[in-house]
Amino acid sequence: MIKAAGLSKVVPNGPSQLLILHEIDLAVMAGEAVAIVGASGSGKSTLLGLLAGLDTPSAGSVQLDGVELFALGEDGRAALRAQLLGFVFQSFQLLPALNALENVMLPLELAGARDAARRAAAMLERVGLGERLAHYPKYLSGGEQQRVALARAFVIEPKLLLADEPTGNLDADTGAAIIDLMFALNAAAGTTLVLVTHDDAIARRCQRQIRLAGGRIVA
Amino acid sequence: MKPDTAPRANLPLPARMLLRDWRAGELRVLALALVIAVASVTSVAFFADRVWQALTREANQMLGADVLLMSDHPFAPDLRDEAARRGLARADGVSFVSMARAGEAAQLAGVKAVSTGYPLRGKLRIAPRLNAEDAETDAIPPPGTVWLDERLSAALGVKTGEQIELGNTRFTVGAVLTLEPDRGVSFFNIAPRLLMRLDDLAATGLIQTGSRASYQLYLAGARAAAAAYADWAKPKLGPGQRIESLGNARPEVRAGLDRAQQFLGLSAMLAVILAAVAIALSTRRYTQRHLDGYAVMRCFGALQGRLFALFSWEFVLLGLAACTAGCVLGYAGQALIARWLTDIVASSLPQPGWYPVLQGFAAGLLLLLGFALPPLLQLKNVPAIRVIRREVGAPRQSALAAYALGLGALAALLLWQAGEVKLGATVFGGFAAAFLVFWLASLGALRLFAVLGRAGSLSWRYGLANLRRRSRGNAVQIVALALGLTVLLLLTFIRGDLLESWRTKLPQDAPNRFVVNIQPDQLRPLAQFLAQNGVTAANSFPMVRARLTAINGRTIAAADFSDERAKRQIDREFNLSFMQTMPAGNQVTEGRWFTHEDFAQGAVSVEIWIAERLGIKLGDQLKFSGGGASVSVPVTSVRKLDWDSMRPNFFFITTPKALAEFPVSYMSTFRLAGADPLFTARLTQAFPNLTVIDVSAVMRQVNGILDQVIRAVEFVFLFALVAGVLVLYAALLSTQDERLQEAALMRALGASRAQVAGAQRAEFLALGLVAGVLASAGASAIGYVLAEHVFQFPWQFNAAIWFAGPLAGLACVGLNAWLGGRAALNHPPMLALREAS
Ligand SMILES: Nc1ncnc2c1ncn2[C@@H]1O[C@H](COP(=O)(O)OP(=O)(O)OP(=O)(O)O)[C@@H](O)[C@H]1O
Ligand SMILES: [Mg+2]
Repeated sequence: MIKAAGLSKVVPNGPSQLLILHEIDLAVMAGEAVAIVGASGSGKSTLLGLLAGLDTPSAGSVQLDGVELFALGEDGRAALRAQLLGFVFQSFQLLPALNALENVMLPLELAGARDAARRAAAMLERVGLGERLAHYPKYLSGGEQQRVALARAFVIEPKLLLADEPTGNLDADTGAAIIDLMFALNAAAGTTLVLVTHDDAIARRCQRQIRLAGGRIVA
Repeated sequence: MKPDTAPRANLPLPARMLLRDWRAGELRVLALALVIAVASVTSVAFFADRVWQALTREANQMLGADVLLMSDHPFAPDLRDEAARRGLARADGVSFVSMARAGEAAQLAGVKAVSTGYPLRGKLRIAPRLNAEDAETDAIPPPGTVWLDERLSAALGVKTGEQIELGNTRFTVGAVLTLEPDRGVSFFNIAPRLLMRLDDLAATGLIQTGSRASYQLYLAGARAAAAAYADWAKPKLGPGQRIESLGNARPEVRAGLDRAQQFLGLSAMLAVILAAVAIALSTRRYTQRHLDGYAVMRCFGALQGRLFALFSWEFVLLGLAACTAGCVLGYAGQALIARWLTDIVASSLPQPGWYPVLQGFAAGLLLLLGFALPPLLQLKNVPAIRVIRREVGAPRQSALAAYALGLGALAALLLWQAGEVKLGATVFGGFAAAFLVFWLASLGALRLFAVLGRAGSLSWRYGLANLRRRSRGNAVQIVALALGLTVLLLLTFIRGDLLESWRTKLPQDAPNRFVVNIQPDQLRPLAQFLAQNGVTAANSFPMVRARLTAINGRTIAAADFSDERAKRQIDREFNLSFMQTMPAGNQVTEGRWFTHEDFAQGAVSVEIWIAERLGIKLGDQLKFSGGGASVSVPVTSVRKLDWDSMRPNFFFITTPKALAEFPVSYMSTFRLAGADPLFTARLTQAFPNLTVIDVSAVMRQVNGILDQVIRAVEFVFLFALVAGVLVLYAALLSTQDERLQEAALMRALGASRAQVAGAQRAEFLALGLVAGVLASAGASAIGYVLAEHVFQFPWQFNAAIWFAGPLAGLACVGLNAWLGGRAALNHPPMLALREAS
């Protein structure tokens, strides 16, 4: 499903250069669940962004579902994401002007789906927010916002789900429920999961863990 | 809860996005700015359109018709038939000069015979006897009667009911004619008036073929029909025939109306500028708030083109909705004005056309396009990675380049609104320059404040540090405020100067009597006579009647010129004058006023209008002939005249010696307080050869029209002012987000309400002062250029503007601080921080 080779990210840092990722090689099979762990600032989010084609690497390549990601242009990568990928952001990234339901409907609408409202409502029901459809993000708690963000990622039934700390703001019970949901999806639809997490319990539920330190894979 | 979006699911996505953004309050400021812009443009346009029609009609009283045809021979039937076919009302007139007699007394009278219906515009006023109160009438003299003006009544010594003789017929004097709306001011050859009915004219036997008479065809009707008729008739007119227009019949009124129109245009333009500022600010805010959403959608795989189209359509839909609302509001606004105005404009206001609606939509969409497209295009460049790293991909805010399109759109709009290149270009150029200067000055001022902010209380330091920290956003706000205030100051001060200059054009002590045909040896006795009768300050001008016969040695004839009025002038004698010093109200535009050498050798100064028509240039040699004399003199200056004034004006003024050989008479002007027909009678008794012209009625009429124009202008000004204040308020609101958030953060970190309020006060004080001072400078500079080069009244340094600007700036931000600051203080910090996250 994912195949990364020699993936590096360097950013200019004043006169010198800051190495964020260094020659990452990694492969994730279809249907697999992989956890990326590591200290804060070790480059997890950066790696996830590169895997999703949100940013371009300084060196190296990524193949998604057999397609060479960085051979495509910006729009080409976007089109590939639309087909394939769900993304949960560390900072949720809900649109403030849209209520919960509309936030979840958005990817469906952009894809031109007909029954966007029904599907979005059903997905919010599954993350336990069936009663909060018309609420705006600013009136939702951090955990609720995170669940809306998850619903938004799940609703298009992606083949690959990239999630950056999906349970970072959730209490243990809710977090566990969300993780159950993700693994249910993984089991039922064969969705490939790549999760960034600080939570060992969650990491252990994945088939595989990749540990980052200082931009390198250490385990 | 049921998903409420279900019924709207079949709307196109941009429409759904628009509704959602609207519901979330994202678009209110932008929409409000647009609505106000469109409403002010359309209401000014609607209003100008209708009032314009009404004022023109009112002014047309001075022609007695909407279209007035003049001829030196009777009109061919097709000219009348066509008027009837086009549904125009018609009246006929014949004027000529003839001797009227009453017993022993005889007096040359300007006879005017008119048909029923005359005058079609305006009203005659008559009095039952001399010195009695007069009243309007719709009638013309009944069969067998005539109406005499005061002067003729006095000269003939007849009372109403008595008989006079005119040609072969005897008439009864029916009334004293006190006002004839189309009499106009012509200083020469005016004999006192005798008005009679056209049916009675044949019996007098005064008009035979070959008699010298002038024929008038008065027409009136719907504006379009009247204009179409005039266009149709123009090429059909033969020699000796012409269409009289307000422009050539009443230059002083025309000039007043032209100024009023310029001012209305200026008001509308300034409203557009304010709206543009507000729209630029609110789209800026909108795009900033949507950067993240945009990146998220990119992350979902939406293509750039698709998203661009989505946002663009959302804006187009918003624009159309706002324009529609603005037009409705504009229409309602002007309807209100129209109701109010029916009190002052006697004739009912005509219905407005559709053109203002078109203008409103064009203005709104053009502004939206110009100011929303650049940030939208920048949105296209937002990389998806922004969802992970916030600081990435905030559009590079090179404000000037981004707004080039907006400024272009604004320039086009302004030129259109002004309807006149000079005014439009001046205003746009002025504001473009102001924009640049304000931008640089505000950045400089912010830097200065940063230095000042190193010492002082915590609030002070924090407030001023804020200014510096958000210097770009603050500079934008200062520029916006300063531009808005510039507009308001301009409107206030220009209006004052404009109205003042109008009022002084027709001062209360302007002369209201003109005496012509004074012989040189009568000057002294006349002065004595006037002094005995309590008239002081009489002005005398020498007058020489001569024809212009050659330019640079080449004999000229009417056929050499294409301009109708030039042709007519060449066939006639000009009234020349000679003098030492240039008369008041004249201004040399080329060359210089007479020098010692000129006085010795002879020279002439030419009025600019006639110089252009006749192709006369500085240095040309003009030959004048008349009364058996002739002289050739070089042109040493070209003058501009003040046609708004009621002073006698001369096309040609020479040095005194140049006309020494010519027969000279004098004209004298003075002011007579109150109506005194006996004075005129005594004067003509003492000096039988003199003609006295009473222009007080005409002056009253001109003053009346100017009064109405002034009130209309005042009202439009008020309207633009209200629109301006609203737009300014919208502009201020649009920068409130950041402040709210900051205040919340400060309070969350433990600052007291007083500290937060203090910091805001320091910040606002600085903002308001800088904006106000900049606005004063901008308004003074633009006002100077407008006064000197567009409106043409002398500019005066106005100290008040330098107080008004900063005060208004402080008031504005004060209001904003009060509204926004209160919101920030009363808003629970938690909510503000949530909104910010
Ligand atoms: N564009 C950039 N410019 C400068 N530094 C960057 C840039 N992108 C990432 N970094 C730095 O690279 C490092 C890795 O960032 P990243 O967001 O990937 O960390 P992370 O492992 O996700 O940390 P966390 O667990 O705190 O989310 C950080 O030190 C960050 O400051
Ligand atoms: Mg991270």
